[in-house]
Amino acid sequence: MREILEIAADEARPDQDSVLETQGIPPGAELSKEVKGLLERASDLFLESSRPGAVVADASIPEFEVVYKGKGLNEADTPLDVIFRKADGLALFAVTVGQEVTEKIDRLFKTNDFALGAMLDSVASAGTDRAADIVEKQYSDLLSEQGKTFRSKGVLRFSPGYCGWHMSGQEKLFEFLRPEDIGITLLESYLMKPLKSISGVLVAGDKEIFLFDDSYPFCSECRSRSCRRRIKTLLGESRSDERKGAV
Amino acid sequence: MDILTEISERLQQGDDERVSELTAKAVEQKVSPKRILDEGLIGGMNVIGEKYKAHEIFLPQVLLAAKAMYAGMDVLRPLFVKEGMPNIGKVVIGSVQGDLHDIGKNLVGIMLKGAGFEVIDLGNDVAPERFIRTAEREGANVIGMSALLTTTMPVMKRTVELLKGEGLAGKIGIIIGGAPVSEEFAQQIGADAYGYDSTNAVESVKRLVRAKT
Repeated sequence: MREILEIAADEARPDQDSVLETQGIPPGAELSKEVKGLLERASDLFLESSRPGAVVADASIPEFEVVYKGKGLNEADTPLDVIFRKADGLALFAVTVGQEVTEKIDRLFKTNDFALGAMLDSVASAGTDRAADIVEKQYSDLLSEQGKTFRSKGVLRFSPGYCGWHMSGQEKLFEFLRPEDIGITLLESYLMKPLKSISGVLVAGDKEIFLFDDSYPFCSECRSRSCRRRIKTLLGESRSDERKGAV
Repeated sequence: MDILTEISERLQQGDDERVSELTAKAVEQKVSPKRILDEGLIGGMNVIGEKYKAHEIFLPQVLLAAKAMYAGMDVLRPLFVKEGMPNIGKVVIGSVQGDLHDIGKNLVGIMLKGAGFEVIDLGNDVAPERFIRTAEREGANVIGMSALLTTTMPVMKRTVELLKGEGLAGKIGIIIGGAPVSEEFAQQIGADAYGYDSTNAVESVKRLVRAKT
């Protein structure tokens, strides 16, 4: 299966807390009238200028082994290397909110509208994550329809550049997935254009296979530690499929 | 209220239109442009920087104040045509070769200008040679490099090596920053400083400028 998915901009609109988090504003902080106004304007601009889209393609374990190996630059010991071999299903994916939103952010900075530019950047980053969440959920639902998942199973995504998977892994991923069809290209530095894009692998399997200690050498350099939150969500400790407080 | 205090206060509120008007009014009242810049605009940004450091305000408020500062500077700029805008040092900044992320670098640039530095922003995807040639030509005190990708971090090392190889390390300092970069990495590659956020970067650049002049 290889499928191109369209995602409505409104669906990709992130919740307020995830936007504010990237601005260094803690949840529950009292917001000034100006900050609230910026958040609203940035959200409107995101709806106007984002063009979310995704491509997903199934991969077998041997196929993904080739993609994952990439140029042979991964860390010797990684959680994904263990996890994908125990998976029930794997799918490569790429998701973007498009180039226009990045151009809008650049224009705002050039006209000294720094606060709105930075807020739109945060909305777009959180929106890209949200779009990736949607793809993850759709893949999970698809497996569910096919009778391949049940309560003890789950789907989690991993991306090159994180958890010991070297950025150069993008090359093989792009060869296999061909996200150029939705306008994502790979630059020499393995960076994607549009900048607000996420690529990686969706891993489906028993929830237990995703449990790992964040004690790998590269974990100490990781600032986001988002794996902890995502694993917790997967295990149902804080899961809510309902959208809360979209900006 | 003294007009310079009013400029500073309006700037802290992020009122760019009023700051522009008050700056023009101060010029009309024959207040020296240098005083307007130092006591009104930079003075206001210094207060904002301190409040941000103390977590009393958040990034959006800092950036609204920065926009107000730029509005005031636009009024003053023509008055400094001959000698150029006064500055406390010159910094060349950019995201390193292969890296297109520039929000973090932009924020550092905004804060540096707010603190009174002249900033030459080379944008993103900047090669080591370009950092060094520009800093040399412009007589910059500091080069500031940003990277968001682990794959582009080696460019920082190459720039430090090139600077040292050309015998310029005594004159030009190097500060690095960005999500995957750390104090340890800065030491490892021989950079002079590491900025973990925009306000910390400004403090480090101030120290570096003192050390290199």
